[in-house]
Amino acid sequence: MPDNGASEAKRAPATTNGAAAETRRQRMRVLISALGMLPVLLILCIGFHVLSEGRFFTGQNLGIVLQQAAVNTVLAAGMTFVILTGGIDLSVGSILAASAMAGLTLSKLPELGMLWLPAALLTGLGFGIVNGALIALLRLPPFIVTLGSLTAVRGLARLLGADTTVFNPSIPYAFIGNGSLTLVPGVASIPWLSVIALLVIFVSWLVLRRTVLGVHIYAVGGNESAARLAGIKVWAVLIFVYGVSGLFAGLGGAMQAARLYAANGLQLGQSYELDAITAVILGGTSFVGGIGSIWGTLVGALIIAVLSNGLILIGVSDIWQYVIKGLVIIGAVALDRYRLQGSART
Amino acid sequence: MNDPILEMRGVSKSFFGIKALRAVDLTVYAGEIHALMGENGAGKSTLMKILSGAYRPDPGGEIRIEGSPVRIEGPLGGRAAGISIIYQELSLAPNLSVAENIYLGREISRAGLLARGEMREGVGPILRRLGADFLPSTLVAHLSMGQRQLVEIARALHARSKILIMDEPTTSLSAAESERLFALIRQLRSEGLAIIYISHRMDEVYALGDRVTVLRDGRLVGSLDKQDIRADTIVRLMVGRDVSSFYKKDHDPEAGRGHPVLAAIDMADGQRVKGCSLTVHASEVVGLAGLIGAGRTELAHLIIGAAPKTSGRLELEGRPVEIRTPGEALEAGIAYLTEDRKALGLFLDMSCLDNINLAVLGRDAKLGWVLDRDKARERADRAFAGLSIRAANVGVPAGGLSGGNQQKVLLSRLLAIAPKVLILDEPTRGVDVGAKSEIYSIIDNLAKAGTAILVISSDLPEIIGICDRVVVMRSGHIAGEVRRTETAPLNQEDIMSLATGMEHLDA
Repeated sequence: MPDNGASEAKRAPATTNGAAAETRRQRMRVLISALGMLPVLLILCIGFHVLSEGRFFTGQNLGIVLQQAAVNTVLAAGMTFVILTGGIDLSVGSILAASAMAGLTLSKLPELGMLWLPAALLTGLGFGIVNGALIALLRLPPFIVTLGSLTAVRGLARLLGADTTVFNPSIPYAFIGNGSLTLVPGVASIPWLSVIALLVIFVSWLVLRRTVLGVHIYAVGGNESAARLAGIKVWAVLIFVYGVSGLFAGLGGAMQAARLYAANGLQLGQSYELDAITAVILGGTSFVGGIGSIWGTLVGALIIAVLSNGLILIGVSDIWQYVIKGLVIIGAVALDRYRLQGSART
Repeated sequence: MNDPILEMRGVSKSFFGIKALRAVDLTVYAGEIHALMGENGAGKSTLMKILSGAYRPDPGGEIRIEGSPVRIEGPLGGRAAGISIIYQELSLAPNLSVAENIYLGREISRAGLLARGEMREGVGPILRRLGADFLPSTLVAHLSMGQRQLVEIARALHARSKILIMDEPTTSLSAAESERLFALIRQLRSEGLAIIYISHRMDEVYALGDRVTVLRDGRLVGSLDKQDIRADTIVRLMVGRDVSSFYKKDHDPEAGRGHPVLAAIDMADGQRVKGCSLTVHASEVVGLAGLIGAGRTELAHLIIGAAPKTSGRLELEGRPVEIRTPGEALEAGIAYLTEDRKALGLFLDMSCLDNINLAVLGRDAKLGWVLDRDKARERADRAFAGLSIRAANVGVPAGGLSGGNQQKVLLSRLLAIAPKVLILDEPTRGVDVGAKSEIYSIIDNLAKAGTAILVISSDLPEIIGICDRVVVMRSGHIAGEVRRTETAPLNQEDIMSLATGMEHLDA
């Protein structure tokens, strides 16, 4: 049966090709899910570069983007901890304002001026721990608790400066707000704000991926009851994540204070929590907890900064910027859903 | 029996080149209860989803209902073709009333307004026919699991289904509720419905099945008529080999005599557990039997500190211990395998590696907090090899594994702490026959190594097969104990009469 043999011979390479294509597709899928939103970020950058006739990829503009992304990146890093446990922290904008106010007020005292930076951090940490304690010990829903502190802490921030703008042109450590770290003298430098943001991302990554606590955070977000039964101190994990979110909000407040030499309890940090949450969601972290990564959050924060910067570069009006930003966020998350459909989760 | 009501000829289904169902022929007649059995992953749920319209079969096969070929498409396709499915996890909306649930998706409206009264009256006759003891206006949230099942059946009847598929309907029912369900299923059979009954439990298949069809690896491997239904035949068909040493018991239960490891004394929680005491010795496998709701799981939760106790104390190796949280129980060497693997045990999105190492991360860590990834990797590899866990690698999410492999991953987490006492709550629930046998031999080996083991199980043959001694609970109390003697092995009747609190009645 020569015929049969020939057809067999013809079929064999076809199936090998099929198998190879399958492996290639599999590898592709793994790659895509690891990259997450990075391609979206790159496409946005290239798109803006073309549309702005080459004004996007310049050293100066990239520096501006990084600087603009810095504070939101820090807030979003803290938010990542919280959302990974399945929670939410709506109070970070208010905590940022209160910390900046506390720091600036202290910086004006001649003897204690140098302590304004730790004071801002501790203020943020304190509010965060109160949030965490209410959520972990009284078992109140995070949305409600932090919605409450969004308002209450905003009030405290106004109280701190007697509802005025506190101003200190000679604030110590002002360089972190406006200075740059020189990498190659005269050629390349990077704003201190961005250095801090990247350090925060790196430390967050260490904690989430290289410590016992990190696994516990993912476990609490993945299945709180199972975590409790597995002997994890769920309350301690929750207080920790809200504490971190508060601490990073305090750091964000210090960064803003050093940049502006001033803070206003009413205006500073208004609706920053929304940008932080957006960055986390854009970064692929699951809103119900347990899945996500800090690198995704960094990419998410950069997407937001690139969008703002790029739309200004190409001269889109302020009003349309809002509309476009909102649509890009929805579109990006829709894309993410589509991308995850092929994954192994059942 | 005359013409078949449902005929499937050469129905196949493949996903991404993997055959989940291979040319299955299935014939079901009106007025019969057709049991469908098979290990997890044998293709039962794929078959069911094809009949419901959730999956479209590969081209080439044919499905006929009452002789005429049909195409079942879309989520409502099954119902349109006269097929209703009652899933293991019921699909009722608890915030709606019974009548609203039955009419869900086909509500009656008058001038755009919901005709609640009319809907209530519409379901009345069906509920009466099923002997329901609740009203059409009752909220589903207020019903017991058994009653909810009745609502599902009422919904199927209301849609005039001729074929009813039930997927392990008794998993969340008490014994009494199960009995009532069986009576109802027989009634529906006599009314001419065809019932496809999917179950892992041999006793149910004996009690109900007119015919049994067994699937293995997506193939139909055999159909047995009522007179041929025998446990060993079915098991052989399901696993494809003889399972002569299904239950393994090589350990010596006398080895630890006089060396009590765990003693729970007068444990109570003020609700479900009313003063229970029990002792487990080293190298001993003690069964904790009882009806569902007797308080067995609650007692276990008291022992490990997962629930607050109102009285009671624990002794570990003769010394009193205070255990207030599951974490303290683990530290003391008492490990508990939950009955609810998905809700209370595993982290489905986390890797097997993390799942296995979770309880010992702190102990293994460098500098107190930094993960020791080499050690974790090694431990996970050892667990995979030792318990023959089948998965692509230790890094895959636990949620993607089969029930048996998930259970072994969870068990590995507990074994990592080298427990002195192991409390296993329904260790083989939702686990296929092959993995069951493997889990039994793991239990036996642990007992051999000196571990004190308490097994909570509703599966009496399992309790009898693996335990040395059986403590029976009834409504929150210890009703008694059944011991194996040299002359008489453990038997089901003794346990059941203690569990039900009745003298054994011959049926």
